[in-house]
Amino acid sequence: MYLTDEEKRMLNGEYGEGTAIAMKVQVGIGEAFGAKRMLEISRAHVALSNQEADLWFVEKLVNAGAYCSVPPTVNPGFDLEYFQKITNVSEEEVTMMKRTREAYKKIGAILTYDCTPYLGSNIPRMGEIIAFSESSATPYVNSVWGARSNREASQSALCAAVTGKVPEYGFLLDENRYGNILVEVQAEIKNEYDYQLLGFTGKKIGHGVPVFTGLPDKISPEELMNLGAQLNTAGAFSMFHILGFTPEAPDLETAFGGKKPERKVVITREDLNEIGEYFMPHGGKVDFALLGCPFLTINQVGKIVAILKGERFRVDTYILVNSLTKELAEKMGYLKVIENAGGHLVKDTCMDQPPFWNNMKGKFGITESPKCAFYSRRRGINYAVLELQECIKTAIKGVI
Amino acid sequence: MKEYEFSCHRISEGKATGKVLISSDDINFYMVDPEEGEVVEKKHSLEGEKVASKILVFPGGKGSSVVQADGLYQLSMKGNKPKAMIIKNPDTVLVTSAIIMEIPLVDKVDDKFYDYIAKGDTVTVDADQEKIIIYKNIE
Repeated sequence: MYLTDEEKRMLNGEYGEGTAIAMKVQVGIGEAFGAKRMLEISRAHVALSNQEADLWFVEKLVNAGAYCSVPPTVNPGFDLEYFQKITNVSEEEVTMMKRTREAYKKIGAILTYDCTPYLGSNIPRMGEIIAFSESSATPYVNSVWGARSNREASQSALCAAVTGKVPEYGFLLDENRYGNILVEVQAEIKNEYDYQLLGFTGKKIGHGVPVFTGLPDKISPEELMNLGAQLNTAGAFSMFHILGFTPEAPDLETAFGGKKPERKVVITREDLNEIGEYFMPHGGKVDFALLGCPFLTINQVGKIVAILKGERFRVDTYILVNSLTKELAEKMGYLKVIENAGGHLVKDTCMDQPPFWNNMKGKFGITESPKCAFYSRRRGINYAVLELQECIKTAIKGVI
Repeated sequence: MKEYEFSCHRISEGKATGKVLISSDDINFYMVDPEEGEVVEKKHSLEGEKVASKILVFPGGKGSSVVQADGLYQLSMKGNKPKAMIIKNPDTVLVTSAIIMEIPLVDKVDDKFYDYIAKGDTVTVDADQEKIIIYKNIE
C-alpha cells in the first residue's frame, strides 16, 4: 500500500518505537484488506476491557513510548473504590484495575469509562473518518451519525489513536456502505424492549448491511442503541439503515445504492416472541437485578425513579451508567431515591467484570439487556430479560 | 516425500512448519482452553481437538474484539498458540489479533490447496514469501 513520507517515518521508528508498533499493525491490516492508502482520523473509541490481552497490549505500547495523537474515549472497567466499599475485591483484581487505569492515562486516553460515547462524549459528524471499537458503538456512529468506521478491534482502534491514521477499506468506502438485505418488519415495534428483540433477529437477518422498513417515524436514542447492541450480539454488523430515518437511507434507491437487495427477510411478531421466550428461561424467586448494558441514559434513570415512588428493592439492584449520568442523577435527586430504595447507581462499570462474575455466579438475575444475559451464561450467571420498567417492578417484588 | 506448492497472500508475517488441523467452522479463540489448547466450544467441528502448535486451516474468526484477542493471548502465554493460520475470510479483529500475537496468517490461497490438504499433513506456511508447501508421504 502507498504510504506518505510521514507514515514511512512512523513505520521506521522516527516517531518512537511505540508509534512504529502501532503503524506496523495498521499497515498489516491495510495490506490484509487491500487498502491503497491511509486516511487521517479525527476521533477514536477504544473498547478497554480490563482483561489480560487488553492490559498487555496497552502496556506494551506505553512501555515503547506510544502516546495518542487523537485522544480516544474508552470503555468501562469497574468502579474500584465503589466495589471495595460494598464487596470484597481480591488483591489481584485491584492491581489489574489500577494498572489498566494507569496505562490508559499514560497513553493519553480520555478516561470516560463509557460504552455509549456516541450519545455524549464522542459524537462524530456525517462523513467523518473515525476508528471506533465496541460492538454497540460502531453501528451507532455509522448508521445514526453517518460517520465512517470499521468494526475495529480494541487494539486496532488504540493503534489508530496513536498514529492518527486508519487504512482505507471496508466501511470507509461508499460501495461497502450500501444496504444489501431488505428487512421488512411486519411486527409493530412499540418500545425500547421491542428494539432489543428486533436487534436479536440478527441471526435470521444474516451477514450483510440490513435496511429496515416498517419501523415507526420516531425512534429514540435509547432504541437505536439497543438495536445496534443486540444486532452485534446476535451477529456481526458494522452498519444498518432505517428507511427514511438514518442519514444514508432517505429512500430505498439511495439505501441500496441503486442495486436490488440480495435478499429479503421478514420479521414478524412471532420472531420477536420467540426471542422473548428464549430470554425468559423460567419464573420464580429473583436473586438480583442488573441494568445498563449498554449504560442507561438519564432519561431511563428518570423512568426508574418514577416507578420507585418510595418503594424499596427486595433484591440487590445495580443500575449501570456513565459518570455524567451519575452526576446528573445526584443533582436531580434521582440518586437519593435509588439509594433510599436500597439500589446502587454505579458509574464506570461494565457488567462483564469481576465484581459481578464473583458475586452472581450460579444466581438468577433480571436485566433489560439480551446482550448482558447472553454473555453472562459463560460465567455461570442466568438471567431473565424483561422490559426496563418490568425489571424495576420485579426487583421491588423479588419474584417473577 | 512429495512437495506441493501453493500461492497465498500474507496478512501477518513469519514462517512456520507443522501438522495441519482443519476446521469447517469459524473460530473464537476464547472458546479454546488455554491450559490444554483444546477447543471446548460445543458442536464446533474441532470440539476436543488441540490447536497448540498446529497449522490451523479455518474459514475465519468470530466473536467480539475483546474475547478473540484475549483468547489468543492466553494460548500464547501457555505456549499453546497455533504455529500459523490459513483462512478464507479475514476480519479486522482476527487480523489485528494475529499481528499483535505474531502468528503467521495468510489468506487467498489457491483453491487447489483445499483439495490436496488432509488432516495430519505436514505443511510449511511462509507468509513472507507468500507460499504454502504441503509435504505428502508417497508410498
